[in-house]
Amino acid sequence: MKMNTIKETSQNNFEQCIKCTVCTVYCPVAAVNPLYPGPKQSGPDGERLRLKRPEFYDEALKYCLNCKRCEVACPSNVRIGDIIQLARLKHSKKSPGLREFTLANTDLVGSVATLAAPIVNATVALKPMKAIMDAVVKIDHRRTFPKYSQGTFEGWMRKQREAQAAFERQVAFFHGCYVNYNNPPLGKAFVKVMNALGYGVQLLDKEKCCGVALISNGFVKQARRQAKVNLGSIRTAVIERKLPVLATSSTCTFTLRDEYPHLLGLDNADVRDSVELAVRFIYRLLSSGEVQLRFRKDAPKLRVAYHTACHMEKLGWSCYSKELLAMIPSVEMVPLDSQCCGIAGTYGFKKENYATSQAIGEPLFRKIEESGCDVVSTDCETCKWQIEMSTSKRVLHPLEILADALE
Amino acid sequence: MQKEFDVIIIGGGATGAGVARDCALRGIRALLLERFDIATGATGRNHGLLHSGARYAVNDHESAEECIRENMILRRIASHCVEETGGLFISLPEDGLDFQAKFITACRAAGIAAEAIDPKQALRMEPSVNPALIGAVTVPDGSVDPFRLTAANVLDAKLHGAEVLTYQEVSELIMEQGRVVGVRALDRKSGEMREYRARITVNAGGIWGHNIAKKAGVTVNMLPAKGALLIFGHRVNNVVINRCRKPADADILVPGDTISLIGTTSSKVPFDEVDDMYVTADEVDLLLREGMKLAPSLEHTRILRAYAGVRPLVASDDDPSGRSVSRGIVVLDHATRDGVEGFITITGGKLMTYRLMGEWTTDLICKKLGVEAKCTTAERPLPGSRKEERERTEKKIHALPTLQRESSLHRHGDMAERVEATTAAKRSIVCECEEVSVGEVEYAINALEVNNLVDLRRRTRVGMGTCQGELCACRAAGLMAEMGRYCTSRAKQDLAAFINERWKGMAPVAWGDTLRESEFTKWLYGGVCGLTTKKEEE
Repeated sequence: MKMNTIKETSQNNFEQCIKCTVCTVYCPVAAVNPLYPGPKQSGPDGERLRLKRPEFYDEALKYCLNCKRCEVACPSNVRIGDIIQLARLKHSKKSPGLREFTLANTDLVGSVATLAAPIVNATVALKPMKAIMDAVVKIDHRRTFPKYSQGTFEGWMRKQREAQAAFERQVAFFHGCYVNYNNPPLGKAFVKVMNALGYGVQLLDKEKCCGVALISNGFVKQARRQAKVNLGSIRTAVIERKLPVLATSSTCTFTLRDEYPHLLGLDNADVRDSVELAVRFIYRLLSSGEVQLRFRKDAPKLRVAYHTACHMEKLGWSCYSKELLAMIPSVEMVPLDSQCCGIAGTYGFKKENYATSQAIGEPLFRKIEESGCDVVSTDCETCKWQIEMSTSKRVLHPLEILADALE
Repeated sequence: MQKEFDVIIIGGGATGAGVARDCALRGIRALLLERFDIATGATGRNHGLLHSGARYAVNDHESAEECIRENMILRRIASHCVEETGGLFISLPEDGLDFQAKFITACRAAGIAAEAIDPKQALRMEPSVNPALIGAVTVPDGSVDPFRLTAANVLDAKLHGAEVLTYQEVSELIMEQGRVVGVRALDRKSGEMREYRARITVNAGGIWGHNIAKKAGVTVNMLPAKGALLIFGHRVNNVVINRCRKPADADILVPGDTISLIGTTSSKVPFDEVDDMYVTADEVDLLLREGMKLAPSLEHTRILRAYAGVRPLVASDDDPSGRSVSRGIVVLDHATRDGVEGFITITGGKLMTYRLMGEWTTDLICKKLGVEAKCTTAERPLPGSRKEERERTEKKIHALPTLQRESSLHRHGDMAERVEATTAAKRSIVCECEEVSVGEVEYAINALEVNNLVDLRRRTRVGMGTCQGELCACRAAGLMAEMGRYCTSRAKQDLAAFINERWKGMAPVAWGDTLRESEFTKWLYGGVCGLTTKKEEE
């Protein structure tokens, strides 16, 4: 046999690990929680043992918050985070309960909560209610909950249809649950920026929650069902209508692009490159010189500390957000060191993770307070909740700041 | 005062250990001498296959029968060394199905449960199997850890009064009036010569027994046959995969602990090479080429290392040319054969039949000594494999972290409770690939005859994982030094020897990730730890 017939890559990606252990050095959980064995041991090392016998599955893998910082650190391209998540989905004997169901079904809970938003918001903020949730479903009582909005973003967009269709150039928008149920103003800011650039915005035919919370809470079948709906809508937009699909949430974007093929086994190669973050699309548009934005002269000076969310780090796209912010004349952008804030979606809401979550975020919170910023900016909604709860600062999406600075 | 022994056993392979245990259980005072560590020869250099005997069924009915009997016995007495994986004999299009019918008939005649199954069912049983297969037969194959098995025999022999001394190289047999009355041995640790006396000396030296026999002036005509194997980085298959055809090269893929093994080749080698076996590029090619036919994914799977052992094939006494070799057990009473009293050679056979070889040899020893005790090794479980003790141990160590608990139980069975795990320091990990704790390393050093890192590897799998010593070897050497087993400069020598031994196995397959990792290891030990080879120092 000629040696050149041997392929260098194996199906078993964990084989590429050369045990340099840099992943564990960069793991935010291993640094603060001694019960977590760290990504090297939970990922490539553990996988070998699990292949020997499934009894070697360690329930401590639940402490992984799927930030993928291990994968960013790995010089050998090992998909450590994926290996850990897949092992959890395959081996965990702990079946998801009511808490997991509530936290994971952001779509269902959101659509119900927006109907009676003021009541829901007031109720979950009450101390007795928090105590009950803590005791019964083990959602930590110290956590503040994201507020639900009255009326959804989709509802608002339906009224915009004609106005948006008037633009010659079009983009499709994957708004995600957060924009739809909690923060329609972010969606509106996105539309305002796109319109200023000469683009109309349209919704996908049918959008479901991207499924990131379903995956991390063990509802893999439901996640796959929803992913298929989303991929169908994305294909219609990208292939039939030739539209790029933009999103404002780094985690939704990352899930659609990478978690679908890696964790749910759904091939999205035909549309993956057409799904991207709005900040990247906008930055490239502006740097091409085709269009220009006009900023208002009276915008107040703003010192903005930019926080790189974990999935933003994994995408490698935080530069676009930082550059966009730096482009705004009234903004002074201060980049923060890229580190995990600790919440990791639904992870930090769970009672058993609260202490870990806050310990991970602590250095970041301190840096934010010391930065002297007026406001923090990040592309991730759950980082926003965590930072707003744990520091004295407000958190805005880069596009909200950009939209506000436009003429 | 020189201790008195009834029997001296030369050779610490599975056979020697089996003889020692059997003697000890029958109340015979036995001394086992091994020139290096236990299981360093052919015992530790094979597939680790718990043969069902099916491989021999068509050509060697007697060996097949022996195998299946011993197979069933080992499942009972050595359960912590055995994995009951089951085995498949697959027929590929190029093999045809002609052999299959003959094979099944021969298996059943030998008492081996062989069942033809649908190829699709075989694929479900073992997804890594070549999907082009046209036929499959299930047999009761399994895997057995030869290091663990030998160590357990040694441990039990010692528990019953035997003495086991490693690093004692027999240089001379003491002959008085035409009989062997003892041995002179070089203590390789101290450099001193020692003398041991007993009424009977047993030559269980494997291929090296050829030269031991010469020291008594007798000839045992052995033929060294080299067999090379490849170790893959993880488990590719969970069921043993064989080819259903006449036995040939590289037609068995065995899952063993965390890895899979393909082998073997077969080639004659001269005696002066048996101490230093290298695997050639041609052998690696052959093993891969044939291995891919059993499980196509081997093409992409990382190969950890290559190694070779030497089978002690014995030529029949009436055929000195060596053409008719037997794989059967050969017990030679040199009193009746050559007129040399007090000397027995046990050879031939297989790892699978080590216990039976021990039984036959001990029967002969008993006859000579006039001891009446019966063999009980087929019934008494080895330490580690005792059912009630295991249940108790499982309860005792229930609260340990999952990986550590499962690893200790897997490696030490009911003896796992001896692994100290009461403090975080004892639970901290030495070998990350194979999950070996400080407590386990200390247990091995204190209770399992460990003199250096290579010995430690055979007892605990330290350094057997994908990193091949990159992270664990220096930690283990540090522990040995802390425990007063050697000084700092010896520790450094030992570390260098260990790393070089690992490299020897990686060199024949040094490409891709294996090469990348070995370079990283070299950089770590050379660049960070300042460990240099003698050559570099000059």
